[in-house]
Amino acid sequence: MFYREAGDFKVSYADDSQTFPIKFDRYRYYVVLAVAFGLIPFLINDYWANAILLPFLIYSIAAIGLNILVGYCGQVSLGTGGFMAVGAYACYKLMTAFPEVSMFIHVILAGGITALVCVLFGLPSLRIKGFYLAVATLAAQFFLVWLFNRVPWFYNYSASGQINAPERDTFGIIVTGPNASAWATYLFCLIFLAVCALIARNLTRGTVGRSWMAIRDMDIAAEIIGVNPLKAKLTAFAVSGFFIGISGALFFAIYLGAVEVGEAFGITKSFLVLFMVIIGGLGSIFGSFAGAAFLVLLPVVLKVVGVDLLNWPTDIVAHFQLVIVGALIVFFLIVEPHGLAQLWRVAKEKLRLWPFPH
Amino acid sequence: MPEQLVFAMEVTLNGLMAGVLYALVALGFVLIYKASGIFNYAQGVMALFAAMTLVGIMQGQVPFAHLINAMFGSHVHHFGWNVPAVLAIAVTVGVMVLLAWLVQVLVMKHLVGQEPIILFMATIGLAYFLEGVADLMWGSEIKTLDVGLPQGINLWIDESTYNIFGYGFFIDNLDIVATVIAALLVAGLVCFAQYTKQGRAMRAVADDHQAALSVGISLNFIWVLVWSVAGFVALVAGIVWGTKSGVQFSLSLIALKALPVLMLGGFTSIPGAIVGGLIIGVGEKLFEFAIGPMVGGATENWFAYVLALIFLVFRPQGLFGEKIIERV
Repeated sequence: MFYREAGDFKVSYADDSQTFPIKFDRYRYYVVLAVAFGLIPFLINDYWANAILLPFLIYSIAAIGLNILVGYCGQVSLGTGGFMAVGAYACYKLMTAFPEVSMFIHVILAGGITALVCVLFGLPSLRIKGFYLAVATLAAQFFLVWLFNRVPWFYNYSASGQINAPERDTFGIIVTGPNASAWATYLFCLIFLAVCALIARNLTRGTVGRSWMAIRDMDIAAEIIGVNPLKAKLTAFAVSGFFIGISGALFFAIYLGAVEVGEAFGITKSFLVLFMVIIGGLGSIFGSFAGAAFLVLLPVVLKVVGVDLLNWPTDIVAHFQLVIVGALIVFFLIVEPHGLAQLWRVAKEKLRLWPFPH
Repeated sequence: MPEQLVFAMEVTLNGLMAGVLYALVALGFVLIYKASGIFNYAQGVMALFAAMTLVGIMQGQVPFAHLINAMFGSHVHHFGWNVPAVLAIAVTVGVMVLLAWLVQVLVMKHLVGQEPIILFMATIGLAYFLEGVADLMWGSEIKTLDVGLPQGINLWIDESTYNIFGYGFFIDNLDIVATVIAALLVAGLVCFAQYTKQGRAMRAVADDHQAALSVGISLNFIWVLVWSVAGFVALVAGIVWGTKSGVQFSLSLIALKALPVLMLGGFTSIPGAIVGGLIIGVGEKLFEFAIGPMVGGATENWFAYVLALIFLVFRPQGLFGEKIIERV
């Protein structure tokens, strides 16, 4: 009834290859964009920005990045936290070295630097596969965190070992530091997310994305039919690193403002982003959004229900959160290994036929 | 003899002891991986869970006391008795077997035939779940575990090395006991796998699931058995590590330390786990001793991983792992 292709006739190649071939999808996409860009900035306040919207936007970028590596290219990585730290510290060094340059440039450059580091740590993936690779990426995680902890140059020799985001602007609007307003930080992250999602979506349905998926599905067969594994794997690491670096830079500069590397970018962060990807759906851009939204909202909802409504002590609620997250992951893997994205696909199929299922 | 060399010898000895402890954790991984192809990330949390349960039972804590108090406004916390260590260990073994059965029935049974990576993720979920349950059951504060293992400097070694080198080595009694326990455990496991009916069945399942099934071996039973044995190994590791550094959250992170050990030794080999553990233990202690002061210390955090990474580039299946043969 609401969701059907009847009436969508394709008369040109451009029509055939557009991102959202069904009119309903296209309009929904425009509405979401309009609400996100046109409505929310006027309604937003500090609580909503800091508790829900900013983490959601930033983790979505990280989840898209990791999804490209794990979901599309099949290279399991447990080094996300370390790579986010690279983005954060690169952004910090750039911000303090070139104060007059726009934040946009800093964040993009931080992404580029992370991409390089990511490729470097991705090189062993040409020899190592599966679990062995997952463990090898742990080397990146622990080494990078250690590096940022121990080499004072990275945190500009500050006494606390922390890095603090100085006040920087873009086009005259302050986006970092305590004086940044909620709508400015929100829009800044939203623009990055929208562009990243667009790039990711188009990469994954083009030549590069197809070669990633070929490597994921069976690397030897892909090699035989002419996919270059070196190129495919390293581009996946580079693109993934770029997105993860951007999210790390935003996480530090826009969201937290001050960061202690072991705390903010430890191994738990790697697992958190990995869970977002799994719960959302491996190999799906929409899934990255869904997974990020789910794991950002879950603690907030649990806190509201447990602490505010039931008046339980916070530590019990925190333990329950572990139990629920763990149980949900196992539940999802058993019931729907393809995550929330697959549920969405099934719902779409149903809607397509509704109300006449035959 | 030059002083530095004597120090290096002491560091090496301590490294060997630490390596044995790593190997102890790694063993549990290898067992489950061999028998079911599951890389069990939850092994470390199982060690934590076992140690916490053991402490809780020994001190007569009421399980879920904190939660019950929060829900009903009561004030229960202890039963008011102390259980002797041997009995408590026996009960904990029972709990671990029950846990193994639950894991098999509730989780792994439904995931048969899934890709290895999905199974790996499931065990990560299991790790979170168990950690939350352990905290809810016994409280998350740091506990001391004392089942009567000797601790402190070994005076005999201290004295005899002082007589030889003019410098007394510091070797912890607990490390020596841990080495003996690990050796016994490995010997026991090897005997179990080689000479008992269940052990043979376990190896058959490890070799080929379907063939094992067709000669009448119950996969379900074997997997429960394997998880129970892994739970037992986790308990032993939990006791040793818990006595050493207190029962606390960081205990579950020893799983991460065991990973490079496994990679070095190969996922499928029990001797590999031991040799890998020793190499990592000695390697990271010596590296910290020789290079650490130059680069700011605390290199133990990453050295094992980088060593394993470099190693894997040259030998992807580890030292003793089965050669990976891929077919299209």
